[in-house]
Amino acid sequence: MSALAAMREKLSYQGISLGFIALATSAVLAMANMATHDGIVKAEREDLKTSLSQVLPVGYADNDLLTDTVRIAGADGSPVIVYRARKAGAINGVVFQMAQRGYAADVVVLIGVDTSGRMLGARVIKHSETPGLGDKIDIAKSKWILAFDGKSLGDPAPEKWGVKKDGGIFDQFAGATITPRAVAKAVKTGLDFYAAHKAEILEGKKS
Amino acid sequence: MSYKAIMKDGLWDQNIVFTQLLGMCPTMAVTTSGTNGLGMGLATTAVLVCSNAIIAAIRDFVSHQVRIPVFIVIIATLVTVVDMSLNAWMHGLYQVLGLYIALIVANCAVLGRAEAFAARQPVLASALDGLWMGLGFTFALTLIGLIRELLGTGTLFSQASLLLGPSFAFLEMTVLPNYGGVLMMVLPPAGFLVLGFLLAGKRLLDGRLAARAPAAPSAIAEGA
Repeated sequence: MSALAAMREKLSYQGISLGFIALATSAVLAMANMATHDGIVKAEREDLKTSLSQVLPVGYADNDLLTDTVRIAGADGSPVIVYRARKAGAINGVVFQMAQRGYAADVVVLIGVDTSGRMLGARVIKHSETPGLGDKIDIAKSKWILAFDGKSLGDPAPEKWGVKKDGGIFDQFAGATITPRAVAKAVKTGLDFYAAHKAEILEGKKS
Repeated sequence: MSYKAIMKDGLWDQNIVFTQLLGMCPTMAVTTSGTNGLGMGLATTAVLVCSNAIIAAIRDFVSHQVRIPVFIVIIATLVTVVDMSLNAWMHGLYQVLGLYIALIVANCAVLGRAEAFAARQPVLASALDGLWMGLGFTFALTLIGLIRELLGTGTLFSQASLLLGPSFAFLEMTVLPNYGGVLMMVLPPAGFLVLGFLLAGKRLLDGRLAARAPAAPSAIAEGA
């Protein structure tokens, strides 16, 4: 072991051994990435499918929403992916995401609308709001989000589209107004987005 | 060093949380429920066993001067592999634990064991050290999580069936029905509070044991 001990002190040995370890670990990572890639893609598709089906009534669509999408530039220029639900070939609803700044970070809301622009459902799929205060927007914690079902741009009237504190019709939570306000705004923005791009969404080619 | 001593060190005498006070970041962040603590503890244990074994196996070839980057690269690789495998093949579990897996890299306890133990001990002893240190960590995280969960939401092991499979649904208990909940226990300050009380409790207990030791040495020797 003494020869090894002497070699370990050499600068070149240290550099080469460090390089070798980096190479070996990179090879392991590359292999692990190849082995898990398909599984991860599949799992993420399943995730997306599960969330999409949450904002559509049971049996609403008979197509694969993940492959029937159109990309449309949103209000801030970034593309919004719109998933189209079809029954017997005809589009009867669409699903897309809208984000709005909440208390801590962006609140991402998944919105389902029928072709006339009426809400089929909304779910918060990503948020970092305060546990116990703002997280009641999550369907796992409270049924609050169901209040948006069946609403549309004209119902309630535009000035009522907000939380009660702002003169709207939606409840806020004790100790948390910013979070529900952000969700209401995200849903309203989503309905505006649908109304503005209705023709493109319903007639656009799959992309 | 005997295997028994390794076990006792890992679980109690040198417990990562209660004695070494390492790994505070995951300890405070994930112990909002018993299930989260348990899941984080088990994931860390898996990484600790592997990293300790690998580092012990190559310890003679790593020079003293570059050992820290070598250890870190190995630990980070292991954590990434665990993260990707869980995501691909155990996606249900990944949705519960996913946020925390990457935190294991930042857990200095893993590097600490590599440096303090695996870099100078044989492979089997190092793997065992990883196992018992990991289980000690799991024990600490689960205990803190259970206390915060009970005081914060009145339940124990909620969502355990998501982590361990449906057959463990019996663990999920609502101890205090219609409990309004104490928000603070779920927020970060309570992590420090609960840990503080547990540390004081362990000191008291160790003090009692030490005071009794001279009076009844045979009993302690057997008990140890």
